[in-house]
Amino acid sequence: MRFSGLRILREGLTGNKGWTSHWRDPEPKAEYDAIIIGGGGHGLSTAYYLAKNHGMTNIAVLEKGYLGGGNVGRNTTIVRANYGLEGNSQFYSHSLKLWEGLEQDLNYNAMMSQRGVLMLCHSDGQRDAFARRGNMMMAQGDDAELLDTEGVRRELPYLDFENTRFPIYGGLLHRRGGTARHDAVAWGYARGADSRGVDLIQQCEVTGIDIENGVVKGVQTTRGAIRAKKVGVVVAGRSSQVAAMAGMRLPIESHVLQAFVTEGLKPVIDHVVSFGMGHFYISQSDKGGLVFGGDLDFYASYAARGNLPMVEHVMEAGMTLMPMIGKAKVLRSWGGIMDMTPDGSPIIDRTETEGLFLNCGWCYGGFKAVPGSGHTFAHLMATGERHEAAAAFRLDRFRTGGGLMDEEATGSQHNLH
Amino acid sequence: MRIDCPLCGARDRREFYYQGAAVMLARPAPDAGEAAWDAYLHLRDNPAGQTRELWQHEAGCGAWLMVTRDTVSHVISGVEMAEDVKRAAL
Repeated sequence: MRFSGLRILREGLTGNKGWTSHWRDPEPKAEYDAIIIGGGGHGLSTAYYLAKNHGMTNIAVLEKGYLGGGNVGRNTTIVRANYGLEGNSQFYSHSLKLWEGLEQDLNYNAMMSQRGVLMLCHSDGQRDAFARRGNMMMAQGDDAELLDTEGVRRELPYLDFENTRFPIYGGLLHRRGGTARHDAVAWGYARGADSRGVDLIQQCEVTGIDIENGVVKGVQTTRGAIRAKKVGVVVAGRSSQVAAMAGMRLPIESHVLQAFVTEGLKPVIDHVVSFGMGHFYISQSDKGGLVFGGDLDFYASYAARGNLPMVEHVMEAGMTLMPMIGKAKVLRSWGGIMDMTPDGSPIIDRTETEGLFLNCGWCYGGFKAVPGSGHTFAHLMATGERHEAAAAFRLDRFRTGGGLMDEEATGSQHNLH
Repeated sequence: MRIDCPLCGARDRREFYYQGAAVMLARPAPDAGEAAWDAYLHLRDNPAGQTRELWQHEAGCGAWLMVTRDTVSHVISGVEMAEDVKRAAL
């Protein structure tokens, strides 16, 4: 079933009786060419690109809950390519280019909105750092504009520019950044993979990984054993547990990151605004809700909910930056479980077990990476070779100390990135 | 979340700094080799359940504490002075 304006018109005139399910609900087969553990954004996009780019259609995605029920449904939907370090910058640049053609490629409305991401600076030193970052983004082939105070004022007149502690000196505007409808991204990839023959198997929890003589043979699940020559682990939020089934101990500590949404308001915030000094960022959803968040709660957690001190801190930062939102009522808050790595950058790599591949460690940057992660991980699983855009995301960089990508230069403590 | 500091009593979470897993108490010898240092600095059991971790009563007595806490429920079941744990391990 293809979606089009004409189709919507026809269905609207005929009682919307022609719409069908977006994907099948198949029983697991006894064997596949490849299995992907995890039916989130990254797992579904991996399946899609395995089928589309590499012709691997005898594959399955195993999901313990429902498709898109993890972090891809628990984020703040921001898409950007404004990283500064070699290794990260080409990957996120690659991912942003995939985002730009995604809806046409998937024939699915992901509500991709390149409304611009504006990072604010509050000192000469921070402005210098942004100038450098902007140059690195442009050197990568992406867009960046350094704004002075008046430039920010033209875009965001509602900020508190004369704040005593954080006066606004300017900002770095990344116009191609923006937001996308997070659930629709997962659904679009799921539909695209399913229509190419991929089995999306929900309510199927992996309970073991079968390895013989260092070679992966398949997985044990709550719906029986399934054989496969290749297994991809794409379970950010539970990476340590699934990796332990293969005898691995990962460089990951799990942390909770909270986010919030207010009641729907009329259009008021046009961009994604990032107030790094206050650990606060905000955008407005197409439905009108202000979507915002802050920093980690900072202690290890799998609870998918945070504590009140961080709620208070985020609200204070929001009021410091833009007092006009003070009367908006917060409707919901939630937490996502982040795979925090010792350098704040992700892992897409082979493992010591032949046929077993690992995609994890997205810290709090996983959503924007969904297309690039699936695209490069599919390349790795299909060919056995690292994709050039993700070649730096090696698992062994921590052991060897070579090629670490510590954007904030905070060292090897997991929660400081 | 409140942490029961052995020296100060139960205090708000905001008074404490979180360091990470208590593996940091067992620092390898300088010549212990690449694998030992990798495990110490980077690799973590990262359990979904009971874990032992280091907190510091930063805005209180300054003591380093070893806290036993559930990462799913956030329930704290034990707080010890890190120096006592370290001394007992020697």
